[in-house]
Amino acid sequence: MQTALFIEQLLNGLQLGVMLFLMAAGLTLIFGVMGLINLAHGSLYMVGAFACAIVAAQTGSFWLGLVASLAAAAAAGAIIEILVIRRLYQRDHLDQVLATFALILIFSEGTRWLFGSFPLYLDIPPLLQGTVPLPGGSRYQLYRLAIIGVGALVAIGLYLLITRTRLGMRIRAGESDREMIGALGVDIRTLYTVVFALGAALAGLAGAMVGALQSVQVGMGEPALILAFVVIVIGGIGSIKGALVGALLVGVVDTMGRFLLPQLFGLFMNASQAGIVGGALASMLIYIVMAVVLAVRPQGLFPAAKG
Amino acid sequence: MSLSRENWISLALLALLLAIPYAAINFGNPFYVTLATRMAILGLAAVGLNVALGLGGLVSFGHAAFFGVGGYIAGIMASHAMSMQPLNFGLFALPASNQMLAIWIVAMLVAGVLAAAIGAISLRTSGVYFIMITLAFAQMTFYFAISWPAYGGEDGLSILVRNQFPGVNTMVPINYFLICFGVLVVALILFALIKNSRFGAALQAARQNEVRVASVGIAPFRIRLVAFIVSGMITALAGALYADLNRFVSPSMLSWHMSGELIVLIILGGVGRLAGPLAGAMLFVMFEFLLGGLTERWQFFLGLLLLGVVLFARGGLIGLVAGRQRHG
Repeated sequence: MQTALFIEQLLNGLQLGVMLFLMAAGLTLIFGVMGLINLAHGSLYMVGAFACAIVAAQTGSFWLGLVASLAAAAAAGAIIEILVIRRLYQRDHLDQVLATFALILIFSEGTRWLFGSFPLYLDIPPLLQGTVPLPGGSRYQLYRLAIIGVGALVAIGLYLLITRTRLGMRIRAGESDREMIGALGVDIRTLYTVVFALGAALAGLAGAMVGALQSVQVGMGEPALILAFVVIVIGGIGSIKGALVGALLVGVVDTMGRFLLPQLFGLFMNASQAGIVGGALASMLIYIVMAVVLAVRPQGLFPAAKG
Repeated sequence: MSLSRENWISLALLALLLAIPYAAINFGNPFYVTLATRMAILGLAAVGLNVALGLGGLVSFGHAAFFGVGGYIAGIMASHAMSMQPLNFGLFALPASNQMLAIWIVAMLVAGVLAAAIGAISLRTSGVYFIMITLAFAQMTFYFAISWPAYGGEDGLSILVRNQFPGVNTMVPINYFLICFGVLVVALILFALIKNSRFGAALQAARQNEVRVASVGIAPFRIRLVAFIVSGMITALAGALYADLNRFVSPSMLSWHMSGELIVLIILGGVGRLAGPLAGAMLFVMFEFLLGGLTERWQFFLGLLLLGVVLFARGGLIGLVAGRQRHG
């Protein structure tokens, strides 16, 4: 039984990690190519979740909702890039932080204005309801496995996009020398909008998929955003590989910490006290991991080629 | 010493802040006294952040940690003093106190130690890393406060009777305002002294050109660390005052929204300016109050305003009135 629970928690950690990767990949791509720190990435996650919930409620199809989440988040991303973000590339990080913080306020309050403060609910599609057997005798939610699968597909897709396509070549060129690819005649403004919309779509996809596990509500993007920050700081800002490794590390460490630490403290404390101490420590664990990683490697595990 | 235009504005702002509660009492609106107290306290918190952000160029997105720690010290000390339980540290125990002066000292000491720990790790990095790491450390304290049930956890902790100050009844709003105002004035003087000291010169120089500072034999890391600690201590003092004002402290004081708001105050007022944080805090509280009275959705308009200031009015309010700073 203990083994089965262990495997289940490990899979949960993996699922959290995959979700974080979708968030972190966009963040790190945007930072790597445009040098921009985007706090509003969590808002795009929220936009994706709301779009999915609303379209799914109207049409009855989760899959249409998923398409809508990608489209809505990408469109929202492209719009804010053209209206606001574009003016921030030449500014310092402080201005970027503030402007994107302002965007969060606008997005959160605007969403509450349009849809109210009550959470929306999104059902898991019938195809993915149910469970699959795990070794050890327990069963695991099929939907969570599907999220892990989607994350793996996105990771492979991103890898192919960046290493094999013309767009990916331009993205890599943009990361290593911004002025040069402009001088070579690449339309850099459009490239930036495309990269931003791509990152936004990934965040929207993550929001929609998580929306079916939790409720869809204003403010749902912020915890995900901050975890994604921890991920890219650990992985090395600007590195997609770092984002993948960091996301899986954070997802598994966080989930397993919450599962194992109370039991660990239970070995030499009474159960309720162990739950408190272990729980408190578990909630801080990923930040401690981050501090340790930075103490050893201040640029993260996989520093991008150019800081 | 002749006063510059900027210093005149600072004095005028202080006079205006001092006048608000008296005018409020005269016109029979004592509620505004609390509003003015909020301005003074948030201004103080932002003066603290301004040492790191304005002078040192250290964009800390985690100052809520210090603000909240100050608040929790005030709350914890008050609750222990109320129930006559000493603070138990395992190896030794200290008597709790409901005297503000004692609470302030403890709050600043604890925040100083915390800032030294956070700073020692965070200052190894710079730029975006620094922003995100300070944010992450603040989140760590936030989650700790939520998951540690002894002092209220997610629900927060009430302070039944406001802590005491020698010779003053702190429950009278105007008295409490004057205490906060006095602390603010001291902090502003301290900020001006730091800004014009050799230390302040080195700190600002390290912001402008780290390599040059290092090459004349000053280690930027240590200067920045000291600035970060001083900054955290002032913000913690503001947190203790804030908890006593609301007679309540909760994890929301530690949340990243709080960190963001502190930065917003400075930007609204003007980065690195003596009275920038105060101007920003007064504007912010007034905005929150006026717009909050008109619409529940005031944060939406705050977002628009902030976006406008960042994109089009660099230099903030003080920058508009006092002209651009001579030295970046």
